Amino acid sequence: MPDRYTPPAIVLHWLVALLIFVAFPLGVYMHELPLSPRKLQLYSYHKWIGVTIFLLVGLRLAWRATHVPPPLPAGIAAWQLRASAIVHGLLYVLMLAIPLTGWLMSSAKGFPTVWFGILPLPDLVEKNRELGDLLAGVHQTLNFALLGLVILHVAAALQHHFIERQPFLQRMGPGGKAKEST
Amino acid sequence: MRTLTLGLLALFVASTAHAVEYTTVLPKQSRVDFEFRQMGVPVKGGFKRFTAQMAFDPARPEAARAQIDIDLASIDAGSREADEEAAGKLWFNRSAYPKATFVSSSVRALGDDRYEMRGTLTLKGRSRELVVPVRFVPGKTAAGFDGSFILKRLDFGIGEGMWADVATVANEVRVTFRIAATGK
Repeated sequence: MPDRYTPPAIVLHWLVALLIFVAFPLGVYMHELPLSPRKLQLYSYHKWIGVTIFLLVGLRLAWRATHVPPPLPAGIAAWQLRASAIVHGLLYVLMLAIPLTGWLMSSAKGFPTVWFGILPLPDLVEKNRELGDLLAGVHQTLNFALLGLVILHVAAALQHHFIERQPFLQRMGPGGKAKEST
Repeated sequence: MRTLTLGLLALFVASTAHAVEYTTVLPKQSRVDFEFRQMGVPVKGGFKRFTAQMAFDPARPEAARAQIDIDLASIDAGSREADEEAAGKLWFNRSAYPKATFVSSSVRALGDDRYEMRGTLTLKGRSRELVVPVRFVPGKTAAGFDGSFILKRLDFGIGEGMWADVATVANEVRVTFRIAATGK
């Protein structure tokens, strides 16, 4: 019974989650640092992770479009199904929009993004301080929206699993067939 | 006879037109920019204020001379944060050394409107000999003197201490300039 996501979907989900859990606090932390070589390094790492997330999310969407997710357990309220669809949609939008605004902000601030210090990304906008500051605000706001949605996403999964006692976490959980058969 | 006179006249006009000595620098049409890499990322900057004196006669290039004084407070180092950082002791130490000065010592013609200018750049109390390629670009109202060369920032102690690590901020800085001047 396909009550689990496919292994590639699971791997991509957790890989992206892990990278977001690194990039988010890194972004908050590096922003406050006084200028130093360390700060420049951290900014570069943050951007490299962001580009990687963007590409992995693109891969996830392609996979999702060609593979049907496992059915949800019976008995989930209709409003929850709708809320779940909306939250998942928004998560995807933000996971693409956040790296995108970061990239545009970098260009607008005059610091092009060079993935892993090797592959330069084109500048889609010219250097422009006002635009750079504006995009920085957008990038930050979208990130806090993402934080809120991730909390909602995790809370909902835990709630279904532990409070409503529905077999839920193994859908996206690591692990083998043993869990699946229980 | 008449043709010959006209011919000689034309030759004379052409040669005097060519014998303009360029001495008046046009600051608004002149630029001094630079580009360096940090973490592999190219970052552009420049200096907004500088004064230049020069004398260049295409007929006698070896007699040419140039001096440029750059006001280091006018730096655009890529961002506000970097502009402030650049003033500090580890970078330009601007309170002690407010200016960068280049004074030419000799000019050699390489042909095809290309020249090689030698001179001394003094920056942060350190003087180093530089060889700068210059291209002469004649124009209708003003001529351009264009060039580009690599400067090693650590030769002048630009970026000391934690900034001396060239893996983060490269040692090589590409300086690009255009000095526009009119003649008399």
